[in-house]
Amino acid sequence: MNLALNLVAVRTIIRKEMVRVLRIWVQTIVPPAITMTLYFIIFGNLIGRRIGEMGGFDYMQYIAPGLIMMSVITNSYGNVVSSFFGAKFGRHVEEMLVAPMSYATIIIGHVAGGVLRGLLVGLLVTIIALFFTDLQVAHPFIMISIVLLSSIVFSLAGFINAVFAKKFDDISIVPTFVLTPLTYLGGVFYSISMLPEFWQNVSKANPILYMVNAFRYGILGTSDISIGHAYAILLVFVIVLFTGCMVLMQRGIGIRE
Amino acid sequence: MHALTIKNLTKTYANGNQALKGIDLTVEAGDFYALLGPNGAGKTTAIGIISSLVNKSGGEVAIFGHNLDKELEDAKSCLGIVPQEINLNLWETVGNTMINQAGYYGLSGKLRKERVEKYLRALRLWDRREHIARSLSGGMKRRLMIARALVHEPRLLILDEPTAGVDIEIRRSMWDFLQEINEAGTTIILTTHYLEEAESLCRHIAIIDEGTIIEDAPMSTVLRKLQREVFVLSLDEKLAQAPALAGFKTRLRNDMDLEVEKGPDTNLNDLFAQLNAQGIRVVSLRNKANRLEEMFMHLVENKGAEA
Repeated sequence: MNLALNLVAVRTIIRKEMVRVLRIWVQTIVPPAITMTLYFIIFGNLIGRRIGEMGGFDYMQYIAPGLIMMSVITNSYGNVVSSFFGAKFGRHVEEMLVAPMSYATIIIGHVAGGVLRGLLVGLLVTIIALFFTDLQVAHPFIMISIVLLSSIVFSLAGFINAVFAKKFDDISIVPTFVLTPLTYLGGVFYSISMLPEFWQNVSKANPILYMVNAFRYGILGTSDISIGHAYAILLVFVIVLFTGCMVLMQRGIGIRE
Repeated sequence: MHALTIKNLTKTYANGNQALKGIDLTVEAGDFYALLGPNGAGKTTAIGIISSLVNKSGGEVAIFGHNLDKELEDAKSCLGIVPQEINLNLWETVGNTMINQAGYYGLSGKLRKERVEKYLRALRLWDRREHIARSLSGGMKRRLMIARALVHEPRLLILDEPTAGVDIEIRRSMWDFLQEINEAGTTIILTTHYLEEAESLCRHIAIIDEGTIIEDAPMSTVLRKLQREVFVLSLDEKLAQAPALAGFKTRLRNDMDLEVEKGPDTNLNDLFAQLNAQGIRVVSLRNKANRLEEMFMHLVENKGAEA
C-alpha cells in the first residue's frame, strides 16, 4: 500500500466531507442547534425546575452531557450514511472506487468526516448549553476520548447502513427505529438508578447508556456504570464495525455489481 | 508492452445473465483501440470489470502487467475511466470535482493545481471551475468526465461512449483532443455507437456480441474484409435510366444520383473509365453508409463468419 498516496486521499475525502457539511449548513448544523436549544428550554428549564436535583446536580446540568452526546451520535451517523449513500445513489462513489486508494482509506475518510461533523455540532450544543447552565469538566481525557470513540462507532455504523441502503428510505429506518429509541432510553434524561432493578438490567444492554454515562462522568464526575466497561464496549464496537466495513468493501456488497 | 491483457474473462450476473463468455483481448501500449458491439453485448460489463466496479466470475485482467487480483492499486494507478453514464457529484463545483479526483490518486499541492488547470483548460472548462456540475450542459459534463479521468495522467484511458448526446462541433473537438493525447503516448480504448468515430480514430478494433469477441484485428484488416461497398455518385446531368457497368451493380436513386455497388474484384478506376466512356460526368462521390458500419452489421448478423 502506498502510504503517501493514501494520506493524501484520506485528507481529500475529509476536505470533501467538510465542504459538503458547510455547503449545506442549514441542513447539517442549524437543525441540531435548534433542537437542542428546545430540549434545554423545555426539559432543562421549564420541566427541570420542578424535578430538582438528579445525581447531585441540577437537572439542567445532569442532562447537558447526554444531550451533547446525543447530538454527536446522531450527527456522526447521519453524516456518513447520507454522504456515502448519496455518493452511491449519484454513482460518484465510482470516483473513489476506481482510484488506487485502499478501502480502509475510503472508510477512514468518511468516518473522519462523520466525527468532525459530530464534534462540530457537539461543540455548538455545548456552547448553547453554557447559556443555560454551568459545566465544569471533571475528567478531560475521559470526556474527549469517549466522545471521539462514540463518534467513531456511529460513523462506522452509518457507513454500514449506507452500504446496504438501496433507497433513501433505508437510510432513515435505523435512525428512526433504532438510534433514537436507544438514545432516549440510554440515560440522557434520567439516571437508571431511578428504574426498578429489572429495567436497570435491561438498560445495561443498551450500548448508548455506556457512552452517555461515560461522557457524563468526564464532565460531571458521576456515572451509573463502570467507565472501564464503557471503554471496553466502545473499543469492541470500533473493531467489529471497522472489520465489518472492510469486509463489505472488499466483497463489494452494495457498491459493486 | 501490453496496456491491457484479458484472458478468458467471464461474468454471470446474479439473475443468470451470462454477460461475458470467456473473452480474450490484448491491447498494445500506445494503441487507439475500438471496442464495439450492439447494446447488451458485454462492453460495459467488460469495462466495469477492468475498472474494478464489477466483480468478475472468472478469468484474468492485467493493466500494464499489473494483475487486478494481485496488484489492484498499481493497476488502478495506470487507468483512467470515462463511464457511459454521468457519474459526477452534481452539487460539487467543477474545480472541486477535479481537485478531489486528483487527491484520490495521491496528487497534492502544486502538482495537483497544475494538473487541474491543465486539463480544465484543455477541455475548455477552466472558466466554469466555480460552477457546480449540475449547471453544466450535457457536453460540458462529458468533457468534465474526460478531464477528471485524465487528471492523474493515466497510461490507459477507457472511454465508454464519451460522445453520446454531444453535438457534432464538440464531438469533433473531443476527437482532436483524444488524438493528441494518444499521440502523446496514452493508450485509449473507446466504445462508441458512432462507427465513423471509431473508424476515424482507432487503429485496432474488437467487436463483441452476446459476450463473445467476434472480431479482433487492426482496423485496416477489418475494412479490407468488406466484400461490398455502395457509393452514391452525384451526376452533373440527369439520367433516364441507370447505366450498365461491367462488374458493378447500379441503381438510380433519383435522376441526378446514381448508386453503384462495388465488389471485391473491381476498383474505382474501372468504374470511372466506364462512366467516362458513356459520357457520364460525376460531380461528387460518397459512401452510402460508413464502411465500418457495413462491416459491423455484417459481422454481428453473421456472428463472425468471414465477410
